[in-house]
Formats: sequence, structure tokens, C-alpha cells
Amino acid sequence: MSDAAKKPVKLGKKDFESDQDVRWCPGCGDYAILATVQRTLATLGVAREKTVFISGIGCSSRFPYYMNTYGFHTIHGRAPAIATGLKVTRPDLDVWVITGDGDGLSIGGNHLIHVLRRNVDLKILLFNNQIYGLTKGQYSPTSKVGTRAASTPSGSVDHPVNPLALALGAGATFIARCTDTDAKTMAAILKAAHEHPGTTFVELLQNCPVFNDGIWDAVKDDAVNHQIKLVEGEPMRFGPNGSKGIRVTDDLEPEIVEVGDGPGQVPVSQLLVHKERGSKMRANLLARMTHPDFPVPVGVLHSEVKPTYETMAHQKVDDAIAQQGTGDLQKLLFSGMTWEVDADGVKA
Amino acid sequence: MTKQHELDRVVIRFAGDSGDGMQLTGTEFTKAAAEAGNDIATFPDFPAEIRAPAGSLPGVSGFQLHFSSSEIYTPGDAPDVLVVMNPAALKTNLKDLVEGGTIIANAGMFVEANLKKAGYADNPLENGSLDAYKLHAIDISALTLAALDGSPLSTKEKGRAKNFFALGLVFWMYGRETESEIRRIHKQFAKKPDLAEANILVFKAGYHYGETAEVFQTQYKVPPARWTPGVYRNITGNEALSMGLLVGAHLAGKPLFYSGYPITPASSILHSLAKYKQFGCVTFQAEDEIAAMGAAIGGAYGGAAAVTASSGPGIALKGEAIGLAVMTELPVVIVNVQRGGPSTGLPTKTEQSDLAQALYGRNGEAPLPVIAAKTPGDSFYCAVEAMRVAIKYMVPVILLSDGYIANGSEPWPLPDLRSLQPIPVNHRTDPENYYVYDRDPATLARAWVTPGTPGLEHRIGGIEKDALTGNISYDPANHERQTYVRADKVARVAQEFGELDMRGEDEGDVLLIGWGGTFGSLRQATEAMRDQGKKVTHVHLRWLSPLEPKLDALIPRFKHVVCAELNAGQLRPVLRSKYLVDVVGLNKIQGQPFKVREVIAAIDGLLGDRVGASKDGETVVTRGEARA
Ligand code: SF4
Repeated sequence: MSDAAKKPVKLGKKDFESDQDVRWCPGCGDYAILATVQRTLATLGVAREKTVFISGIGCSSRFPYYMNTYGFHTIHGRAPAIATGLKVTRPDLDVWVITGDGDGLSIGGNHLIHVLRRNVDLKILLFNNQIYGLTKGQYSPTSKVGTRAASTPSGSVDHPVNPLALALGAGATFIARCTDTDAKTMAAILKAAHEHPGTTFVELLQNCPVFNDGIWDAVKDDAVNHQIKLVEGEPMRFGPNGSKGIRVTDDLEPEIVEVGDGPGQVPVSQLLVHKERGSKMRANLLARMTHPDFPVPVGVLHSEVKPTYETMAHQKVDDAIAQQGTGDLQKLLFSGMTWEVDADGVKA
Repeated sequence: MTKQHELDRVVIRFAGDSGDGMQLTGTEFTKAAAEAGNDIATFPDFPAEIRAPAGSLPGVSGFQLHFSSSEIYTPGDAPDVLVVMNPAALKTNLKDLVEGGTIIANAGMFVEANLKKAGYADNPLENGSLDAYKLHAIDISALTLAALDGSPLSTKEKGRAKNFFALGLVFWMYGRETESEIRRIHKQFAKKPDLAEANILVFKAGYHYGETAEVFQTQYKVPPARWTPGVYRNITGNEALSMGLLVGAHLAGKPLFYSGYPITPASSILHSLAKYKQFGCVTFQAEDEIAAMGAAIGGAYGGAAAVTASSGPGIALKGEAIGLAVMTELPVVIVNVQRGGPSTGLPTKTEQSDLAQALYGRNGEAPLPVIAAKTPGDSFYCAVEAMRVAIKYMVPVILLSDGYIANGSEPWPLPDLRSLQPIPVNHRTDPENYYVYDRDPATLARAWVTPGTPGLEHRIGGIEKDALTGNISYDPANHERQTYVRADKVARVAQEFGELDMRGEDEGDVLLIGWGGTFGSLRQATEAMRDQGKKVTHVHLRWLSPLEPKLDALIPRFKHVVCAELNAGQLRPVLRSKYLVDVVGLNKIQGQPFKVREVIAAIDGLLGDRVGASKDGETVVTRGEARA
């Protein structure tokens, strides 16, 4: 790293805007996400040239073109693989991955699982709009059963995948969620993700006004009743004046309860308290709270510290050098059984 | 009294169950031949199953060694000596043995159950059916157990040592020096001294059996070959290729980043490189072939010397990502150790049927340089060249090897690293007038700007880009221009070509064109035909894309042009369409290399005007007619 790169850099949102015209449809949720990302990156103290955005294919994957950083718009579903190669060879870089529900969970599902399992230090943002936008409106792996779309005129029949539960199952060390327009929560999540050593997986509930308009409206418009803002150490409450809360049953299921000391009400002390570094069981319970049965948990659901893949891979190299000394190519070539042929052309 | 008999060359094949240790026996005997100064060429041939049912025909594993006192190019057409450890091995290999050849059979395994599994109604060792051969039926199993009488090993473990009896026996037959073999066994089994001891006992028992048993009246001697002075080692293609990749990265002053997914016969490259961490090499076993290619692209983007290797099925999966590397002009070396196809095909057998895939196997106009290794040792130099071209021209390069080269071995004169040219790298850091697709006028390469470089932040991707700025462009004329410039860049790789690998005059009756692993058979056949006064010239192409410009002048000067390939004709149509010449094909698709005599027969046929589908199994050149 150059000295310039080590110094804290004072940057503004503008510094992260590229000279390219943004070409998403008017009203697309991607605009809000882009603005928040640009604004937040300016506060992270990382030089632009040290930041790389890698995407797959889909509407959201155009993202890198609009960031005045290094950017690589790759092929459908493969961004995690390409980002892994980059991060493993260049641990000095901040690598962000932009993907969508089709890109990341369908065609690229395998790569997503394995990048999470390996805990490569990549910051993954998955834009979930429950639809294929770029290909003009087919249902996606996160679409609810019965979704009427171009390819399912009478409604889809397959069950959707739960992105955060899948990520946890794959061994994710950081999962978070928020809506496209909730700039404050998103900024906090992005900062936390940036600080987290390892893969971070953030689900952004994004509106596609063209092909799936209003899919998150209930969650977004009535946040008081349909979101739980996760705050470390705070009981999980929602509704007007926090009148409702989440308690865990004997069967380890979350249940919605009325909060209070009156009859039929549950005291605050019995509510589930948020603990970011809590157990995987707790994280799983949160990840499985989905709309419309539950209010949607928003914020950092879970984080844990594990060594990253690239650190360990390079450690192996360092160990090998420490144990055997820096490799000598000439010696390697001459290893095994060698023999010499003298000037007469016969074996010496 | 034992007679001594001198031979110029011997081809010996060891065959047995895949659990019989025939590969080890073959490898050890190869070392002894190398140590004695013979020229050698080997051909391991194993079944696809790790352990097919014991004694079954599909479970037979073989190892052929050709050792000689003169220069040789191939592991030999037909074995002179066949060592078989069971009836199945005899059944599957006997047809290859030369007339009157020697058979050493482990009679102990020729019992009813095994005979039945191999489809023998009665014992061929006893029914006179092998009278035409020199048969030595020896109960190796029993002699092994007897030699280990008193050893602490279990009967099962003792039985496993029988391959060392066979090894000892052939050591005696060819008068090999036993001391260094004993040292090697000690070393190899250092962690299991009981086993080392047992193997040595059995090895010596085999040797002494040869010495004392009346059956062997002759001991053969193959005197050392004459060599170009230098230091040699025996090397397999995949070993040489792995080292070439390391050296290539070193010449570029870069760490090697290797990403791969396990696949036969490429996996051993991953295994080798995983052991070379002290050279700064990072290996990444990806979740699938696509990810392996993707990670290599990511590595190249970050400035590493990036490599992935696979075989045909894996390359098919990588296709889309290879196109991305073509489009974004990133240097990645993609190795294809070819095997029989299509689909899973013949995983452990050799073929050259992925040439068309290498040349065309991507969507859109996506040309890239293709280089093919011709021998195990040449794999080293091809890896270095592939790396050089990838970096110099900012392009993905496909390096073709095949199962035959990958697993085969030969004595290899070790290169002097100081004689290899460094690979210059252009990591531009100057932001002044930087455009993503600004090109070097000589190579047409764009600058390799890596993330982390201040002031040069830019975006690349799979969408067509403006020929200069690199911004997304759907402009029709720009797309056409970019398409041609990508092709032109590949064409300019011809600037790197060295001397043409040619044997013979630059005019004559037959121009025999080959590429890749068929080199040995084609060159040896050419030598033989030339010795008979035939006007045959052999050209072996190293680069398949771009095509060798020297062919332009050469091709019109021959009466016949033959393209020999282990496929149904993939280079042939390329030559026909480029040169508008009636190139005929010599093709074989049996998972096996060409035999020298097949090549000679086909060319003799051509000289006698025999072209077309073979009627009676003879080898002929064709214009691609289907063969009944
Ligand atoms: S199709 Fe939907 S997701 Fe895509 S840009 Fe338009 S509004 Fe956004």
C-alpha cells in the first residue's frame, strides 16, 4: 500500500459517482441504494482505488458502472467466484459484490453457498425484488407461490427460498437486511459490514416498479407494524409504542405477543433480546421470521468472527516458506532422480 | 549357465488388477532403466474405476515402458514382454504382444474363479494356447508368501507385495542394479518399516528366482543410449506442466494463482501446485469448474499469474467465463488435459478431440491463442509460452495436453532457468490519457491496470465496450471493429513463433501435419519412411491458433497433405478451408495413441492411392468418410 493510500481520505458522495448516466427505470429502488452506498463509502476512509465493485448480470449488476471505483461487471451468477479470485490474490482491496435474487440465488446459488462457507472477506449486497427485471419479468427464486409473471401467467407453484436462512445454512458469519429506501439503517449496516472480517451478506428489499411494483410496500409503508428494528441488547418490540413483541415458545418458535403487565399481556422481561453475536439458533429464528406472518427483522441479524479464507490461504504459504525457506526453482527442477550425461553422450 | 544377450530396445508391459500395484512396478522399473542410461518412454493405461471388481476385465491396469540404447519417441507399438498378474490381464493384453513374445504370468492367480471372470473356459497357461509365445508361468503369489515366511505382516498384506516379486524378476532379466532400488523402497516406505522390509525381501526373492530358476536361460542387456550432454530427470507431462506454470509466473515476477476443480486427468496439476506453496503459489480448489475459471479471472484482474486446468467436460463448463476473459482481455492460462469424449467419455484414455472446443467452444466471435504440448517435457515449455503470450497480449490462452502426455514420462534434459527470457509486465500507473482499450501498437494488448492503482479507476465487463474509452457501447460499427481487433490481436501472436518443428525437406510427396501428443509416433514413422527413401516430411504444429504462417509456403509444395489426429478430423477442416487443399486425414479414436506402424501403413496406402473408408480394419487416410 502506498503512503497516500494509508492516510485517511476525506471524500464525499460525489467522489464515488462515475461519469456514466444511470440507466435504471425511473422509480427503481436501485437508485436509492446507489445513493446510500455512495454516501456511506465516502465515510469509510478507504481510497477509491482500493475499492472494487464486482457484479453478475441483472438490473442491479449494472451498479459498478455507476461507482467511481474499480468495477467489474461479469457474467450471470459468477460474481462471488470472480471476487474470490480477486480477494485471495489481493487481500489489500475492499471488494464488494452486487447481486440479485436471480443472479445470486438461482444461477449463481452454488457460488454464493461456497463463498459464504469459506468466509472470504467480500461484502455481498443482494438486491431482492422477487422478480427477473432485465429479462422482462419472470418470477424468481424468491417470488411467493402464486406469483403471476411473464413465465407463470397462472401463478408460480414453486416455493421461494429464504435468502438469509440459506446464507446462515451455508455458514455465513454476517447477515443483515433492510429496505431500499431506509438510508439510515442501510448506512449503519454497510459500515458494520465493512468492519466485519469475512463474508457479509446483506439482503436489500428492493422495489421493481416495472415488473413487481409494491412487493415490499406493506413492509416499507407500515414499518411500525411490519418491521422490527434490531438494536443490540434491546427487547424485540414493534407496533405503536412498542405494544407488540417477540417471545420464544417452548417449541423454539417465535411468537407475537402483546407487551404489558395486564391480563393476557407479556412483560418486557420475557421478550427476546437482540444479540448480534448470539447463537446460530437465535440467528436462524430471526432469519425465519418472514412477512406476512411476522414483522421483518431489519438491521444486523447475526455476526460472528471466524478466520477468513484468504488469511488462512496466505498463512499456509507463509508457513511453507517459514518451514522450507523460499522455494528455489532450480532446485525444484533438479529434484527427484537426476543423472548427468557427459560430453561423450553417455551417462556419467 | 546364463547367456547374455544384447538388445537395442525392449518394450515391456506390466498388467494386473488395479490393486496389484502395476503402476508402481512400472514406475520403479522405469527409474532403473533411466539410471542405466537408456532412453525411455512410458505409457500408463488405467481403468476409469478406482477399484473395479478384482479379477475383472475392466479392472485391468497397465504400464508400458520402452527402453532403448538409441533415441526413441514413443512407448512402443507392441510389447516384447508381457508381465500379467491375473487371467484378466492376459486376456486384455495378449492381442498386443509381438509374435513369439515373452509372457511372465502369475500362475497362482490362474484359478477357476479368476479364469471365469476373465472369460476363459480353461487355463490358457496349461492348454497349449500360448505355445506360440515364450511362456513363463510362475506362481508369484505363493513365492511371495514363502519369501515372507516369518514376517509380522498379515497374509493379506504379504500378498500385496507380489508386484515386487515381478519387479525383482525383471530386474534380473535385464541385469539391473538392485542397490538403488532397495534404497528407493526404504525411502518410499519409510513410515512403514515392516512393509519396506517385506517389499525388499520379496524384491530380492524375485531377483534370485530369475538367477536360479532354470527357466530363464538368457539375461538381456540394453546398453545405455547416447545423449546430448546435460542433466536429466524422468518427468511426466503434468509434472513438467506444473513446473512450467511456476517458472512462467516467476519469469513474470508474479505469484502463481491456480484455481481448479478435480477432474481426470488434470487433477495431478492441482496436487503438484498445492505442494509448491513455498514458491508463493496459492491454489484454490473451487466449488465447480465455472468458479475455477471465474476465480482465475478475478486473480488475473488483480494482477496475478492466473491459471486454471481441467479436461474437456470442465472446459465446456468454463466456456462462458472464458468468453468473459476474451472480452475483458485478461491474461489467464487455461489448461485442457484432453481425454476421450463426448460427455464423460473415456476419462482415463487419451484423445485430441477437444481442439474444436478450444478453437470455437464459446458464444460469439471469441478467438484465442491455442498451444499444444507434444511431449511430457515439452509441457514445461508450453506452459511458459502460454503464460508469456497471455501476459504480453492480454488474452486468455488455452494450453492443450492429453492423458497420454500427462501421465506418460520421458527423460528430460533439465532447462537452465537463466536461459529463459523474462516476461515483461505492463502494469500501467500513469493516469495521463488513460483509456481502458488503448492498445500497444505491436501486440494490440491493452494495459494491465490492476485495482489499487490511484487515478486509473475504471470499469470493465462482458458487455461490448467502446474501442477506446471502455464505456458500454452498442454502436454497430464499434462492435464490428472490436470483434476484428480481438481477432487481429490473436493473429499477431504468430510474431512469437519460433522455428518450425519439421523433419524432412520443404517439398516432396507427403506432408504429414500433426499436433500435440502424437509427436512421437509421427516423428518415428517419418524417420522410418525416410530411411526407406520415401519423400515424407513431418511438420508438428505447436500453435493451433493462430495457424503457423510458414505453412502458407510449405503446403503447396507437396503432392499429398495428411493431417494426423486422435479425433475424427478437427484440424483437417481448418487446413482445408484455409489453404483450399485436399488435406486427407489419418484419424484414430480408440483412446490410444497412434502406433508407428499404423502411421506407416496409412502413408504407404496413400502413396499407393488408397484413400477412403477402411474395409478390413487396415489403417488408411480418409476425407472424413464414416467408417462402417
Ligand atoms: S426492471 Fe425493475 S429492477 Fe430493473 S431497472 Fe427497471 S425497475 Fe429497476
